[in-house]
Parts: sequence; structure tokens; C-alpha cells
Amino acid sequence: MSIAQSVLDIALEEGRQHGLKRVSIIRLQVGALAAVVPDSLKFCFEMLSRDSIASGAELEIETVPIVARCSACRELFEVENHIFLCPQCDEPALELISGRELSLVNIEGETGDFDDTDEDSSGAKHSAGQ
Amino acid sequence: MTQMKIPVVRNILQANDRLADANRKLFDNAGIFVINLMSSPGAGKTSLLEKTIDGLAGRIKMAVIEGDLQSDFDAERIQRKGVQAVQINTDGGCHLDGNMIQIALEALDLNDVELLIIENVGNLVCPAEFNLGEHEKVMILSVTEGHDKPLKYPLMFQLCSALLINKIDLLPYTDCDIQIIRESARQLNANQEIFEISCRTGEGLPVWLAWLERKVRASRSR
Repeated sequence: MSIAQSVLDIALEEGRQHGLKRVSIIRLQVGALAAVVPDSLKFCFEMLSRDSIASGAELEIETVPIVARCSACRELFEVENHIFLCPQCDEPALELISGRELSLVNIEGETGDFDDTDEDSSGAKHSAGQ
Repeated sequence: MTQMKIPVVRNILQANDRLADANRKLFDNAGIFVINLMSSPGAGKTSLLEKTIDGLAGRIKMAVIEGDLQSDFDAERIQRKGVQAVQINTDGGCHLDGNMIQIALEALDLNDVELLIIENVGNLVCPAEFNLGEHEKVMILSVTEGHDKPLKYPLMFQLCSALLINKIDLLPYTDCDIQIIRESARQLNANQEIFEISCRTGEGLPVWLAWLERKVRASRSR
């Protein structure tokens, strides 16, 4: 729930800074090792974002695979089935390269231009004048 | 109306990480070794604390921060042992965070404290994601929970430098296979220290206490 709250806080802050009237998409990167269940995050976000400019926004979650560096051969390997041992050497991982991400990558939304620009035919006039 | 894409690229937990870093600086300046103790509810966190306080009495000066959804039973249990304890009630929150620790620290006299143990809310999921500023994460798994837990809650096992397998006196009454726990824990974190203990009978506790005391002394000599 507090992760959903942080996502909302960041989206609202960025949205406000850039003059968005509505946030429609929020793209996240979530590491495969992160203790986050995408469906729960979406559900919590939906509840928290009600009555905000991010209400109804879609959370697009990209899962980042777990990659670690072997402590012996120093090669990178993808951790599958939560086995943090190098498939070549059977030695433990020295460091985690990816898999713990919890990042907000970008947001998409509509800017606060005046609603009547569509009715206003200034764009058409311009082209007609040329 | 124009559709607009705004690049953000921000760590969702950065607000918490900043607070945790500030806590960590405070601990380091005060020379306090800090453990974030985690487990599922009922695995024996508070019992382990009681045994640890008894075992280190007169050797290491301790303080405790207790995290629970409700009640201050746990802090009272610790205070009865003559150790400073402050209770955090998360009012439904399933984990502690950096901010709660910062506030709790105001209620503690950190003078002469060498070891601070923070007992997190009973939960094997969310507490793993929220740094508090601790030096080591330590977890308890009790044999009644089953040997499949490491692979069900991989992040917790991956991050903890020590795993205490508690309630080993109950092993004959369960289907839990400690070798399976050890093997999955090794796959997740080969450097993890594993202690088989029973807070009830006291079995295995001296090895844990010796490890903990070594850690505290090593951090103070830095």
C-alpha cells in the first residue's frame, strides 16, 4: 500500500510540475526479486488515486530479470528459480546487477491546454492563410 | 488538449531510502550496531529478544524498538527485562519504515547503547523492501512454518545475513525438513549464517549470541 502511495505521490508531483490535467499511463520497472505483486499494486493504486488527476490511470509494469555477478568467474548470469549460484562455477553471487528495481520510468497524460482549442479553428485559418 | 509523455526515472522508495540513510549516519556516529529483526507473526522474535537480552546481560548494552500493528505488549515484555524499549504502532501498516524509526529514536536515550535491535512487524514480504538504516537484516523462520518458505519469500532470505531456524524442539511433531531450508537458503544467499535454535529450551542460543557479540565488537572497533 505504501508503495502504491509513493507511486501516486511521484506521479502527481511530476504531473503538476508539467501542467498535466490528467495522468493516463504510469510506467514502472519492477525487479523480479522485488516484494511487489503487480495485481495488488494496481488494486491499491486504484483505491488511492480516486479523486486525483491520476484516477483511472493505467499502471504499465515491466518486470526486470534478476541478474547477478559470479564471485569466482565474474561473469554475469540470470538468476532463475531463485538460484543465486553461478551456473558455471556453482559459486555464490557477488553482487546483484538487477532484479530489485522499483522505479517510476515515465508518465503520460494530457496537458492543461484550453479545452476550446478544438472548437477554435485557428489551426485551420493558419493553413488557409498560407 | 495534447498528450504528453514525461520522463521521470525515480526510485519509488527514494523517500524512505533517504530517511534510512540519515538513521544510518546517526547510528554510525553514535557507535551503535543495529539489527532489523524480521519474521512472520509468531515465529519467536520477541522470545529471541528476551533470550538475547538475558544472554548478553552485563556484556553489551542494548535497546529495542518494537514494531506492531497494535498494542504495546512486546515493549512491556522487553522493559520487564530492564532494557530500554520503545513501541511503534503502525495502525495496520504491515512494515516499519525509515520515518517511524526516526521518530522512535527521539524516545530512546542512545548514550552508551552498543546494540539496537529493531523488531519489525511480523511479515515476510514488505519489511524486506524498506530499509531502516540497519547494519544487518536478520530473520527467524520457525519449523512449524514449513520448509518451503525460502522459495516463497525469496527477497527476505536473499537479504538477511543471518537466518535463525527456531522451535527446533518441535521438529519431531512437524514434517519440516531443515536440510531443505538450508539448501534453498544456500541457493538464495550462500553467505548467510544459519543458526538452529529453540528459544524454549535454549538449544543453539550460545552460537547465536557469540556471533552477535562478535558483530557488535567488530563494528565498534571500526
